[in-house]
Amino acid sequence: MIRVQQEDFDYAEEVAAMSEGNLGVGGVVAFSGLVREMAGDSEIKSMTLEHYPGMTEKALAEIEAEAVRRWPLEKTLIIHRYGRLEPGDQIVLVAASSAHRDAAFDACRFLIDWLKTKAPFWKLEESDKGGQWVDAKDSDNTAHDRWLKEEG
Amino acid sequence: MKILYFSWVRDRVGVGSEELSPPDSVANVEGLVDWLKSQGDGYQKAFDDVSIIRAAVNQEHVQFDHPLTLNDEVAFFPPVTGG
Repeated sequence: MIRVQQEDFDYAEEVAAMSEGNLGVGGVVAFSGLVREMAGDSEIKSMTLEHYPGMTEKALAEIEAEAVRRWPLEKTLIIHRYGRLEPGDQIVLVAASSAHRDAAFDACRFLIDWLKTKAPFWKLEESDKGGQWVDAKDSDNTAHDRWLKEEG
Repeated sequence: MKILYFSWVRDRVGVGSEELSPPDSVANVEGLVDWLKSQGDGYQKAFDDVSIIRAAVNQEHVQFDHPLTLNDEVAFFPPVTGG
């Protein structure tokens, strides 16, 4: 399931729903991303997430479909927020449930790695120095490429 | 042609989206970028270093040699930073 929203989400509730009513689930793996207080040496006041409505949903659905194609999953979830967030706020939640842990671990990691390089989101950090658009990291591309070599 | 700009590309161009009619000589994304750069300082600044610009056509990531038609929705943005 894909959700792109401004509102916060309840981590515990979302993770519980990954196995609710399905006794075939043997493991659930979830990752949540949070707004950090520090960006380098600057203290962040807020982080504003911009996205490309329409393309975002499409890109996330493609990533989810690819995960389902690669691993035997019971359920997948991607929630990504947009708008103005503050340090400590939740940004993203990805989760995968499966009969066995390997598929759930791998799929969860795959979902966040590909989301980071494919989903059209951009972060604007605000500190005392003003607003600064966050640069993409080379390490994110490396994490993405790892899944090109390793088919699940 | 509908053209959208995101993040600092939008800041530099000055608008988030616009309807433009590029000349027939614009056949692909690269051609569109070259034409946009001739449309004013904001565009010139936004597309100064195309190595850090990414493009989407009809909401799919594309390379700069991707062909264009007048009905396409084209978007320009820096590398994405979600998650």
